[in-house]
Amino acid sequence: MLPVTYYLALSAVLFIMGALGVLIRRNLIIMFMSIELMLNAANLAFVAFARFHQAVSGQIFVFFVMTVAAAEVAVGLALIVTLFRTRHSVDVDDVTLLNG
Amino acid sequence: MNLSEVTSVGGFFSLVPLVVFLPVLGLLINMIFGGRMSEKAIGWTASLASGATFVVAVLLATSLAGHPEAVTIPFLDWINIGTLELPWAFRVDTLSVTMMLVVGGVGTLIHIYAIGYMHEDVRHHNDPSRYRRFFVFFNLFIAMMMILVSADNYLMLFVGWEGVGLCSYLLIGFWYDKGKDGIGNALAGKKAFITNRIGDFGFLIAAFLMFQYFGSFNFDVINEMAPAVAAAAPAAVMAMTMFMLLGVTGKSAQLPLFVWLPDAMAGPTPVSALIHAATMVTAGVYLVARSFALYSLVPAAQNWVAIVGGVTALLAATIAVGQFDIKKVLAYSTVSQLGFMVAAVGMGAFTAGMFHLVTHAFFKGLLFLSSGSVIQGMERGEHHVEHDPNLKRKMKQEHGAGHFDPQDMRTMGGLRKRMKITFWVYLIGSLALGGIFPLAGFWSKDEILLESMHLHPTVYVLLTIAAFFTAFYMTRQVVMVFFGEPKSEPAAHAQESPAVMTVPLLVLAGLSTLGGLLNLPYLHTFKEWLGHTLGEAEHAVEGAVEGLAEGAAHASTAWYDLGGLDLRVALFSTVLALLAIALGWWMYTRRMEELQSLPLAKRPDDPLRKILGPVFKVFENKYWLDEIYKALLLDRYVDVANFLAQKVDWDFWHDWFHDKVLAGGFRGLTWVLAKPFDLGIIDGIANGLATGMQGLAGQMRRLQTGFVRNYALAVFLGVVVILGYLVLRMI
Repeated sequence: MLPVTYYLALSAVLFIMGALGVLIRRNLIIMFMSIELMLNAANLAFVAFARFHQAVSGQIFVFFVMTVAAAEVAVGLALIVTLFRTRHSVDVDDVTLLNG
Repeated sequence: MNLSEVTSVGGFFSLVPLVVFLPVLGLLINMIFGGRMSEKAIGWTASLASGATFVVAVLLATSLAGHPEAVTIPFLDWINIGTLELPWAFRVDTLSVTMMLVVGGVGTLIHIYAIGYMHEDVRHHNDPSRYRRFFVFFNLFIAMMMILVSADNYLMLFVGWEGVGLCSYLLIGFWYDKGKDGIGNALAGKKAFITNRIGDFGFLIAAFLMFQYFGSFNFDVINEMAPAVAAAAPAAVMAMTMFMLLGVTGKSAQLPLFVWLPDAMAGPTPVSALIHAATMVTAGVYLVARSFALYSLVPAAQNWVAIVGGVTALLAATIAVGQFDIKKVLAYSTVSQLGFMVAAVGMGAFTAGMFHLVTHAFFKGLLFLSSGSVIQGMERGEHHVEHDPNLKRKMKQEHGAGHFDPQDMRTMGGLRKRMKITFWVYLIGSLALGGIFPLAGFWSKDEILLESMHLHPTVYVLLTIAAFFTAFYMTRQVVMVFFGEPKSEPAAHAQESPAVMTVPLLVLAGLSTLGGLLNLPYLHTFKEWLGHTLGEAEHAVEGAVEGLAEGAAHASTAWYDLGGLDLRVALFSTVLALLAIALGWWMYTRRMEELQSLPLAKRPDDPLRKILGPVFKVFENKYWLDEIYKALLLDRYVDVANFLAQKVDWDFWHDWFHDKVLAGGFRGLTWVLAKPFDLGIIDGIANGLATGMQGLAGQMRRLQTGFVRNYALAVFLGVVVILGYLVLRMI
């Protein structure tokens, strides 16, 4: 059985990739997927710790995260669709109406 | 003295408040119900109220006859401040009751007369409400006069003093829409009021001085303390009496303040009789008599009072000679007679002064009322002429188209045949005033002359000459009015007055005839009666008289002394009066007829005008005193008033101080507050804050780029920082 460090490392790599994706990419869909990546990296860490500590609560929490992620996808995709319809673009740099 | 003591005294003393409240009741009835009452009812209500007052006064007099000491009836608390306790108390003594009898008695007769007299007025002017107004004022006057004479202290006396002044003002201006330019009567009322105000100022100062030195206004207290205070502060007592003299000259129409009384004849004739002859104007004499204790202590002040009285008596008597208005002659005669009384009380002959006050109230009231009867008789004659075209035309030819004056004696004449009762009572009044034996005026005037011969020879000379003039001008008046031929159509058709007017005249004529009985030689009833109140003062005077008499002619007291009547004085003054009457008779019958032969242009209206020349003009124009006062005082006063109004008030106070200093200063201050302070500092702070905020916000807004990744990076970095902090803390 692989030690927990491995899972955590993978989780960290996945989280950093997601974070960088959000910060660097300009396509909203990609940014959205990067967020999902971060969420799943967190899920992985939850599951790894749950296994490591032999506690179910971590796994149960993952279900909550997945539920919230699903809801977030529903709202986020709706927003993106609406945004595309009005501005004919999903480039985040075009959406700067709230600048000072 | 408290109330229980009063009841122990017995008699009718406790009735004394009624003398004030009965007339008040009368005037209240007339005021409240008068609108629905008939003329007669109003007049008789007022007369009954006055008559009831007289009855109360008689009851008081009968009580006093058995108990001659002064009684004080407390009525209610008036002023209580610190040590000053001033109750409204009624003082019943022989002096005050004498005044009450005169005011109530003569007042009632004049009330009854006025019922008839004022009826004519209403008929002429077609305004019934004035009837009620007249009697309300009349009752108010009686009430005020009673307050004056029944007061037991100077301040309460002053209340009545002012009250009668007010009634005088109201009644002089009773026909306020008449007179010269339609305001002549109103101006006469104002003149009386303002002139009296000068006198009242003197009275008030005297009262204040009394309070300062005696700590009280009460007559008894002041009389008791007077010798001590006079010894300690003689100047203060002198000042009191002199300021009081100013008050007397105002109210009793003496020099220099007498000018209001002749103008006061603008009022209805009953007013002239009651207020301006019989009662109110004698208040000054009463005041001096009341203050006998003070005056006896300062001979210098007494001297002044006597001189003022004597000079006024002579001056006014000479003016009366030159007057043609029937009431003006009587007015100056009143001033002159008041001069006699003031001179008497000034010399310390208080009984003689009060005696003359009483008899004068009888015969001068009689003369005024008869003159009112004459005037209304003339008016009825004029009315008759107006309704007869032939007579009217004739009158226009004789007198021109101008307004006929029913008071001008030059238009009268021959009235003795047409107004018999009026003529006879007028004659009695004139002879009484002229001082003919045995009428009332003879006794009282003679007593004054006698006392003055001993006490003040200068005044004796003045008064004797005045008495000569008195007999002369009264003869002149009687002859001009009643004898000879009628000098105008109204006089030829004059009619006698109704009984309601003539009956009071007859009663007064009786009083004028018999008034001397009050104080006959040997008996001295009146002197004894007043002596209970004026006791010490009279004794002191008697002592002085005796002393003088002893020094002058001790040996020869036998033949001319008739129990207090000096035959020399009496005979001399009677002879003088008879001479004056004979002279007057000759001048206004014979001489007048001789003058009728002259052509109309050269014919004088008065034989004296030809004889005396410019002197008569001086008399006729009253020594130009009104004009002199106007030039010296009134115009200067108006100048000062104008200066104060224009220069001080308007130019300095209003234009300079208010506009320039106050308004200008305020405007400057508001400018400073508005411009530099508000706009500069307050707004500067507010605007500065706003600008600063704006600048700061301008900087801050740059943070809001609108790029999602910037926000995300901020969140990310924030998380890193927080996590870093937590990790570092763990280590």
